[in-house]
Amino acid sequence: MTASGAGPKDKRVVEQVFREAYGQALATLVRFLGDITAAEDAIQDAFVVALDRWRLAVPPNPAGWIVTTARNRAIDELRRSGRGDELRRQMFLEGDYEVGRPEAGPVSDDRLRLMFTCCHPALRIESQVALTLRLLGGLSVEQIARSFLVAEPAMAKRLTRAKYKIKAAKIPYRVPAGAELGRRLSPVLTVLYLIYNTGLDDLESNTLRSDAIRLARVVVRLMPDEPEAAGLLALMLLNESRVPVRRSGGDLVLLRDQDRQRWDRSLIEEGLGLVRACIRRDRPGPFQLQASIQAVHCHAPTFEDTDWRQIVVLYDCLFSMMPTPVVALNRGVAIGEVEGPEVGLELLDAAGAELDSFHLFHAARGSMLRRMGNREAARAAYLRALELAPNEVDRRFLAGLIAQADSACWIPDREETR
Amino acid sequence: MSQYLLSVHSVEDSEPGEPRSPEQMQQFMERIYALEAEMKDGGNFLFTGRLHGPDASTVVRSTGGRPVMTDGPFAEAKEHIAGFYIIQADDLDAALIWAGKVAECINEPIEVRPFFEMPGS
Repeated sequence: MTASGAGPKDKRVVEQVFREAYGQALATLVRFLGDITAAEDAIQDAFVVALDRWRLAVPPNPAGWIVTTARNRAIDELRRSGRGDELRRQMFLEGDYEVGRPEAGPVSDDRLRLMFTCCHPALRIESQVALTLRLLGGLSVEQIARSFLVAEPAMAKRLTRAKYKIKAAKIPYRVPAGAELGRRLSPVLTVLYLIYNTGLDDLESNTLRSDAIRLARVVVRLMPDEPEAAGLLALMLLNESRVPVRRSGGDLVLLRDQDRQRWDRSLIEEGLGLVRACIRRDRPGPFQLQASIQAVHCHAPTFEDTDWRQIVVLYDCLFSMMPTPVVALNRGVAIGEVEGPEVGLELLDAAGAELDSFHLFHAARGSMLRRMGNREAARAAYLRALELAPNEVDRRFLAGLIAQADSACWIPDREETR
Repeated sequence: MSQYLLSVHSVEDSEPGEPRSPEQMQQFMERIYALEAEMKDGGNFLFTGRLHGPDASTVVRSTGGRPVMTDGPFAEAKEHIAGFYIIQADDLDAALIWAGKVAECINEPIEVRPFFEMPGS
């Protein structure tokens, strides 16, 4: 964060610093004002002031500045409508806030409270994701709409409806206690992982991915005894370490072909440290197991050094906790690396019924068939994957595999190395 | 405290929540009474009612200033409200805990809807 006394700032810098402080400031204002929409309006007013003042110097504690400015604006607004005194009294009585204290400090727990409100299971998952990005990530409605391929008015309506329900049904603004916590943490982590994965679709922009990682760090810091939170953070960091080499000139680069020298070592080290701490705790869960699988990949100096047996053990555990078709697919691929493509193909086909419209299922089948030397069947599977592939990058990659299967110098075992 | 409607939904021609034998009926009623006593002890109970089936319902519409009656339920659906509780609770989480207890007792889905709060009430 920029220190006070920094030189003149252009609008973009002000917007960036403001956006980073947004979630924390909003969460604190929701506690003061008891209303999300009122807090958003007050912050919007503060942003107009910030655009003017921050160009000269960004304050040392931007979130605190926003809270103070927005709060004063909100009180002025309420005073005009005759409710200001009531609000002041109420804020004073609450005791965790001193009236008149300069730059009233945001409490970091506020963000966690707001996260649990946004990810309340009484809201549908699309709304949970949108609310989290809007209220905690500070993204505009337009940015969120673009990320999820939804028209902006539809996204605005989704957000308005979710906020209406929070207010009308009184969805609480607090971190759940005791036995409830474990059950309620799970949707929070799921939402953050969905945000991260949506960010993976657009490797050029890291906004969603860095938001998801930033919010996961908040959860881990405030809930250090929850190994699944640490597992999620580790999973995202280990994935993130490979982002720079997942594409080459816009083309897909498979794990086996990636330049491992260019993986981000500092992210890997941090991720591996979290995974080790999780293993010491010995309370495994789906995110920790997925992070452990990524850790095995990140640990291998070359693709050939990958400890597939370890990965199979981890997938067996994951599948016992989360028996989804996609986990079955990944487990089949891992077993295929250890026991050969025939066994792998058998497992894929056993898991296949629900995966028939998933392009990666057919791509994996194609890969097994290719290794078995069955050129025609491999080609047919790649073709089916091509028909189902959701984006241009995957389509181009699959078209390349089909072209190889058609070419005269077809070598079953070398096909994916380019 | 906010007020919530907990409505009991049942599907026509299937009454999985209905006990069969008189002994089961007895146990079922005891569970219901125990739950209602718990609601009353906590100051959460406001009102409850069990409704007759949709065959007993009549819809009234105002057409050109005159009430017009039609036989049958408003919505031609297989699911109908079989009964309801009106409770008061601190927030949605508290209301959901009561809804969970009712659902467990009756073995039918429970819909939770907040009452509109009148200004000044």
